[in-house]
Amino acid sequence: MKKATLQLLLTRIAFTLLIPLSSFAEDRLRLATTTSTDNSGLLAVLHAPFESAAGIKVDVIAVGTGKALRLAQNGDVDLVMVHAPSAEKKFIEDGFGKRRLPIMHNDFVLLGPANDPAQLASADNLADAIGRIAAVGHPFISRGDDSGTHKKELSIWDSADIDPQGNWYIAAGQGMGAVIKMADDKLAYTLSDRGTWLSFKNKADLRICFEGDPSLHNPYHVILLNDSRHPHIRSNLARRYVDFIRGPEGQRIIGDYRVNGLQLFHPDVIK
Amino acid sequence: MDYFLQALGAASTLIFSFDRDIYIIVWTSLYISLVAVILASLAGIPLGLLVHFRSFPGKGMVLQLLNTLMALPTVVVGLFLYGMLTRQGPLGDLDILYTPLAIVIGECILILPIIWNLSISAAASADPRILATCKALGASPLQQSLLFVNEIRYALVAAVVAGFGRAVGEVGVAMMLGGNINGFTRTMTTAIALETSKGEFEFALALGLLLLATAFVVNLLLQRFQRLNR
Repeated sequence: MKKATLQLLLTRIAFTLLIPLSSFAEDRLRLATTTSTDNSGLLAVLHAPFESAAGIKVDVIAVGTGKALRLAQNGDVDLVMVHAPSAEKKFIEDGFGKRRLPIMHNDFVLLGPANDPAQLASADNLADAIGRIAAVGHPFISRGDDSGTHKKELSIWDSADIDPQGNWYIAAGQGMGAVIKMADDKLAYTLSDRGTWLSFKNKADLRICFEGDPSLHNPYHVILLNDSRHPHIRSNLARRYVDFIRGPEGQRIIGDYRVNGLQLFHPDVIK
Repeated sequence: MDYFLQALGAASTLIFSFDRDIYIIVWTSLYISLVAVILASLAGIPLGLLVHFRSFPGKGMVLQLLNTLMALPTVVVGLFLYGMLTRQGPLGDLDILYTPLAIVIGECILILPIIWNLSISAAASADPRILATCKALGASPLQQSLLFVNEIRYALVAAVVAGFGRAVGEVGVAMMLGGNINGFTRTMTTAIALETSKGEFEFALALGLLLLATAFVVNLLLQRFQRLNR
């Protein structure tokens, strides 16, 4: 009798301990997105009204664009929001995604030391600017992590016909914030999205050395995944979420979002 | 110097601001590693005693293997379990990837060899006359083993403490299997990794100090528990 009570008690303890460990009974949408969107703080502001109105919890998994697409390909998330147009198109062509929809954009900027040793500020265009860094051999920090920013950087070298190699080219393998800090410490150049740079500005002595080239455009898209490939995907929740962030309220929140009084993202559906 | 002062300042602000997010993170960390350490101890301590008392073919190999597994890199456990728990994997339908349960499983695998191995050492360090004395006094096998465990409890608690330390301080498993989801699977270590990647080094260091403080309190409680049992 005593033994049975003890057993019952132990089972009960085991159950109360284990139940909160999994995600039963709640509507949770899993969104894989890039570190830059998450680090900017926008998603927290954007998701709060959606979560309370729709009763859906958005689980944000913030990784590099490459890994985000890989997670979606494996069916481990319900939705992706990334910023690497060519990788996104390939993802759709390969049949992993169903629809790719624009959300917002900002742009990339080339950051460097205040005295601009490679004279990027007087460059004619992006290829010229990045060519000057290579010609002078001034240290350049690359994300080196298959993120959207890293993919963008590689395509810039590629279009300038430069194979970035040598002691001056440093592949860090870290997030955008850490790379900006690194560039700051090593007085190096680096490529950053404007959003992350703006939220960092007051922590670094770097400045924008080159900006405004049309090929520095940085669009963010959501991709609705192919649910015939992964039937368990919560595509209903994903669609409701996409409707919200592409709708009037979501687009207004994106456009109104400020860090240190500066706008980080520009809405692309309702301008 | 400023850097460390700022971190210390941020740490005390963190602890005393009673910020809800911070407490959820601390609680998630504690909860997950405590469940993992309880499960791993329930398996590891009996297994340790078993290996100590029984001789069987290949025992040397088992010991060697356990020693090797103590060096298991956390990310490798994460990668292995990701392969099992992803939708493409054999256990994908259970839908436990990116939940606290996934982290618990990973940390269990990570610390089981530690607790198992240290339990064997604990048993080996005991006075060999204990069991003979118990037997001579007519104790039943169950009484014998309980007395034995009581005799080596200090070394066993050390094994559990080592396991807890590894679980609460690791980041590879928690990041890969938990996904660092705010308010759900964000632990102190993944929060530290996140803040570091954002370049918030002072805040990250402050979280590190908070983690040490938490571990200190847990160990204090364990020590108390040890004294009570005397």
